Amino acid sequence: MIALEAINVTKIYGTGANAVTAVNDVSLSIRRGEFVGLVGPSGSGKTTMLAMLAGLLKPTHGQIIIADKDIGRMSEGKRTKFRGQYIGFAFQANNLVPYLNAQENVELLLRLNGKLNRQSRQRARELLERLGLGDRLKNRPGQLSGGQQQRVAIARALIHEPEVVLADEPTASLDTERAHQVVQTFAELIHEQNRAGIMVTHDLRMCKYTDRVIQMMDGRISRVITDRREILRLAGAADELDGHAAAVNGVPVLAGDPLVAVKGI
Amino acid sequence: MSYYLALKEVWRNKGRFLLIASVVALITTLVLFIAALAEGLASANREYIEKLNGELLVFQDGTQLSTTASRIGRQRIAELRRVEGVEAVGQVGFTTVKVVPPDGGADINVAFIGVEPGMPGEPPVIAGQQIERERGNNVIVDEGLVARLGTKVGDTIRLKVTQGTQEEFYDLNVVGITDRRQYFFQPAVFAPLITWDKIRPDSSNAPNAELVSNIAVVKLRDPASQAAMAKKIEQEVKDVEVADRRTTWEALPGYAAQQSTLTTQQFFTFFIGVLVVGGFFQIQTLQKVAQIGMLKAIGLSNWTVSWTAIIQIVTVNAIGVAIGAIGTLALTSNFPVTVPIMLTGTTAFASVLALLAIGPLGGIVSVFVLLRIEPLRALGMA
Ligand SMILES: Nc1ncnc2c1ncn2[C@@H]1O[C@H](COP(=O)(O)OP(=O)(O)OP(=O)(O)O)[C@@H](O)[C@H]1O
Ligand SMILES: [Mg+2]
Repeated sequence: MIALEAINVTKIYGTGANAVTAVNDVSLSIRRGEFVGLVGPSGSGKTTMLAMLAGLLKPTHGQIIIADKDIGRMSEGKRTKFRGQYIGFAFQANNLVPYLNAQENVELLLRLNGKLNRQSRQRARELLERLGLGDRLKNRPGQLSGGQQQRVAIARALIHEPEVVLADEPTASLDTERAHQVVQTFAELIHEQNRAGIMVTHDLRMCKYTDRVIQMMDGRISRVITDRREILRLAGAADELDGHAAAVNGVPVLAGDPLVAVKGI
Repeated sequence: MSYYLALKEVWRNKGRFLLIASVVALITTLVLFIAALAEGLASANREYIEKLNGELLVFQDGTQLSTTASRIGRQRIAELRRVEGVEAVGQVGFTTVKVVPPDGGADINVAFIGVEPGMPGEPPVIAGQQIERERGNNVIVDEGLVARLGTKVGDTIRLKVTQGTQEEFYDLNVVGITDRRQYFFQPAVFAPLITWDKIRPDSSNAPNAELVSNIAVVKLRDPASQAAMAKKIEQEVKDVEVADRRTTWEALPGYAAQQSTLTTQQFFTFFIGVLVVGGFFQIQTLQKVAQIGMLKAIGLSNWTVSWTAIIQIVTVNAIGVAIGAIGTLALTSNFPVTVPIMLTGTTAFASVLALLAIGPLGGIVSVFVLLRIEPLRALGMA
């Protein structure tokens, strides 16, 4: 079942001579229970795309459909409410409210949706335990490590049973081992709970937990990899090159990628 | 949601918010103190005139409502009494003399006020009896004197008057006590006008000369006709100037200047409060930009975010005002009577209301900043 659909989405920043087409006529759809990795060189339009899928940015053209609603057409207020209800977020940094403890941060989304009760609190606790934070429930973000904070963010992104879960470079501030742990659990939970997940990442090794990799280039989708072996090969190659090294000048190196030839690698 | 976030944040950062609350408390104390001082000084100056049992005061023309310069004689009083609409007229004279404390302390200055028994100008007693006799040594004292000397009905007080180079002493019987009726920052002693005329310094009156006082107090049949009656009296009686009580006390020496100085001080203190509280919350807000962007991205509305800030600022401000007000009340109630500090219900209430507005006023800028934070910030955009 399709959870999210983008139809001919374009985003143009600015007007006239200063106009920048950040996303150019992109269409994609993501099913429930599917975890998609969004990759591409710097400036290719990943964040812009994610912002539109999240209802944080209005597309210049095209539609974004979540739960049968075109979120590009919604008023600011409606979209804000919609985000709280249908979308889960894990950002690169500043994910958590500093004066709330781990449990309260997760419960924030339940509270926001008027779903805070004994059962849902119990679910929040179980989710945090599942993420290995059983003994950190009462700790505030300042008392948690970076990896622990990102795991709390993942719990918060999922607790209100959203339609779509979006992650923007969730592992950027973590070491390799922590990054793997976090993304692996994230993927597991997306599959278990049957959510549609999208993760923007520069670290191609993290793609091994995804079901599909979408590569963007100059505002367009330049490549889509769905074949499991192909994805593992990509992640494996990246692993050998220590992850970030696999991105040459910010361009991910994919097996058989014509860019490799272009860049002379 | 807003309440939850607002109070959680305050609670989890008690130290920081307590700091700003105590700044507000100090500002409150200062504002209330100035208010109390303004009120205390004002009433110490005007109390007698404010409480007069007559609507209009009659001065000699051209004296610009100065009770010391004005002279009103029996002749004028008789004319005033004949004006249609006037119910009663009392002659009142002012001077300053010293009272010698019975226990031998330093002399205290008192306003020695001559009044006609039973006429406007004589204050009503709250203990003992009125003066009643036109002559003799019966006097009424106000509670200001009681507070300083512990005078009781039936006591004798000794006045010391300097006539030229000589000191004269007069013993007077306190027959009644009236509430606080200070005049020109001094406690008051009320004597029959004839006695007053004999005792007061510089009485160069030749015998049989007309009995002259400073002003006349006029009680009207219809108090509502004040303005019209003032005109009428000025037309029908020669060489007089008529004013109502408020106009009179506002013309007291230094009264207006003093009050406006204190009001200015109060305003500036209040203004400093707005800046300090506003500045504090503004800095807080600027430090939270990333966090607010994230909250808006995950679905908190502008309204929720702003309301959270308003609740915090109002709560913290109110706590500060409460601490300050209670502290000031406790402090002022322990002041000796000689300190002109007076925190009346209305002044305190008005000041507290104004102080409570410091929060919302100071918070306006923060709220505008909050409203303008883009949720896109959460993705590192905007
Ligand atoms: N607010 C903006 N105004 C004008 N141009 C913008 C704005 N935001 C992004 N762009 C441009 O749009 C293009 C796509 O930017 P975007 O941030 O989506 O890229 P990205 O793929 O997320 O890059 P990175 O990997 O570096 O995060 C870039 O050329 C960028 O300069
Ligand atoms: Mg980006």
